[in-house]
Amino acid sequence: MSRIAAKFAALKAEGRKALVTYLQGFDPDRETSLALLRGLPGAGADLLEVGVPFTDPMADGPSIQRAAQRALKVGATLPGVLDLVREFRRGDDTTPIILMGYYNPILAYGVDRFCGDAAAAGVDGLIVVDVPPEEAGEIEPQARAAGLDLIRLVAPTTDDARLPRVLAATSGFVYYVSITGITGTRSATAASLEQAIPRIHKHTDLPIAIGFGIRTPQQAGEAARLADGAVVGTALVDTLAASLDENGKARPETVGLVLEQVRALAGAVRGG
Amino acid sequence: MNKPLPNTYRQGPDSQGRFGQFGGRFVAETLMPLILEVEQAYEAAKRDPSFDAEWRRLLTHYVGRPSPLWFAERLTEHLRANSAREGFGAKVYFKRDELNHTGAHKINAVLGQILLAKRMGKTRIIAETGAGQHGVATATVCALFDLPCTVFMGATDVERQQPNVFRMKLLGAEVMPVTSGAATLKDAMNEALRYWVANVEDTYYCIGTVAGPHPYPVMVRDFQSVIGEEAKQQMMAAEGRLPDALVAAIGGGSNAMGLFYPFLDDADVRMYGVEAAGHGVETEQHAASLTKGRPGVLHGNRTYLLQDAHGQITEAHSISAGLDYPGVGPEHSWLHELGRVQYVSATDDEALAAFQLCSKLEGIIPALEPAHALAHVIRMAPTLPKDEIVLMNLCGRGDKDIFTVARHLGVEM
Repeated sequence: MSRIAAKFAALKAEGRKALVTYLQGFDPDRETSLALLRGLPGAGADLLEVGVPFTDPMADGPSIQRAAQRALKVGATLPGVLDLVREFRRGDDTTPIILMGYYNPILAYGVDRFCGDAAAAGVDGLIVVDVPPEEAGEIEPQARAAGLDLIRLVAPTTDDARLPRVLAATSGFVYYVSITGITGTRSATAASLEQAIPRIHKHTDLPIAIGFGIRTPQQAGEAARLADGAVVGTALVDTLAASLDENGKARPETVGLVLEQVRALAGAVRGG
Repeated sequence: MNKPLPNTYRQGPDSQGRFGQFGGRFVAETLMPLILEVEQAYEAAKRDPSFDAEWRRLLTHYVGRPSPLWFAERLTEHLRANSAREGFGAKVYFKRDELNHTGAHKINAVLGQILLAKRMGKTRIIAETGAGQHGVATATVCALFDLPCTVFMGATDVERQQPNVFRMKLLGAEVMPVTSGAATLKDAMNEALRYWVANVEDTYYCIGTVAGPHPYPVMVRDFQSVIGEEAKQQMMAAEGRLPDALVAAIGGGSNAMGLFYPFLDDADVRMYGVEAAGHGVETEQHAASLTKGRPGVLHGNRTYLLQDAHGQITEAHSISAGLDYPGVGPEHSWLHELGRVQYVSATDDEALAAFQLCSKLEGIIPALEPAHALAHVIRMAPTLPKDEIVLMNLCGRGDKDIFTVARHLGVEM
């Protein structure tokens, strides 16, 4: 069983929902990024999304765009992020790691080699934002061969006719994008989520995590109640960014501030 | 390696929006249903004679098509006089798309797309712009059709293209300066896509070139092909035969695709796409995606891109804001790999020289974009026999560029 499936099975057995966190790899530097990854499971994060920095993150709002720029400035690359995961894995063999990013850095690395190297580094799943099911042939066979889950985004615009096709190309879990928009810009209403999640569940038994626009413990708790997990990204990236000094460098309290926020979110998700 | 050549170059794209390996639909799931909706609407519009009739009515009476075919006699004589060999110096013709309403070819495809948006029931139009020509064309047509229009423009370009920013505002459009990334055309396109994702219900994204996710590259090409179709007829009327060579500037490549496409299966017609070499293709400061880039995925399509070893997109540079883009339309990438079109380049300095020469010899101030094409004509025509014909797309007029050119020539205005 993959780490992702094992994690959701374990959570189910415990009768609780998942907190999925997103931080950009190398934001604001490699050392801080590694310290954050290492601290996240203890603070209550169940699955970790690691953003792969890209110059042109079309689906991301200003916070994550700036995170990418900070990371690129300190020399982040896809091989560098894989190396970060490899180092994290030495101390943690159970927390699932999902790389989230855009296709071009993977293409530049070489799709075959990337999938093999990512799996070997301890990556469990991929979210490649700009490869929709129509282009799945680009990476699906290689990901499958390497044992990587391909997690797909389902959006409010994904209608019932299209939903089965999207879900058929998904493994690990379903990432429900709760708003029509980019990351971190607005939030969905509970009412819209109450309709959306059962609609997806009609077509799949995979766990569903809700993301895009979840900022507060209350929203995370709400999302977790309606689905199988909540994804929080921009709110954490904002906390990290606010903690930096005037040169954009981490302060001693940076890691602690982010993890403290994760603990509050985890409390709400577990209470939910 | 020995792939058989197709028996037609005019069959693409396939049902997946691919020209060979190029093109496709690399967008986030939130946009995917919308892209499919645009595709369906475009396919239906193509089959509707009333759609074509309305578009052509507007081209005739609003844009002023057909644009003339002009024998550039003084330029031809000048190049013949400069030719090292007797009997050399091809005849140079211009396709005068700079005479269109709004001063460039952009409006051909904008009109088509806005008519499509209306058919789709969309009530708001967005566009990206670099130099501002596509933004002005979109703002113009939105004024005509009473549609609210938002144009995304890199903050850097807003600064260096003030006259066009003011034009867009006069036409009633909202200009949104984009400060993310390098604040130029690619960032404007990112921001337009982000806005579109958040406003999918009522908004149509009017893309300015033959790039982006399918069906944009084929749709914009189809609309711009009016350039080549007219030129073909006009050349037959003027010379009784087809030209020997076509030359057009390449940023995203819409004016070039529009000129080339109707001639692609005419094997005797050679074609040259001229990329912006900026300070030189051997430097880091250029916009020559086909000459110096390699295939990748950006803005919804697989195509040649300027990028580093790790797949991060690098900044383009050109004196021409309209060519200042690190990618190129996917059909050009395909034609490049097939060898059907030769892609060459011209530097900022060569374009500036061509800009001035054209103004003095022909009484036509060209935009800096076609000045790149002209720079190649100036190099090439003297090496061709006198009885050969070169047809260049003069795709925009240079009024918008006089401040830039003045600055480069050290003239205070």
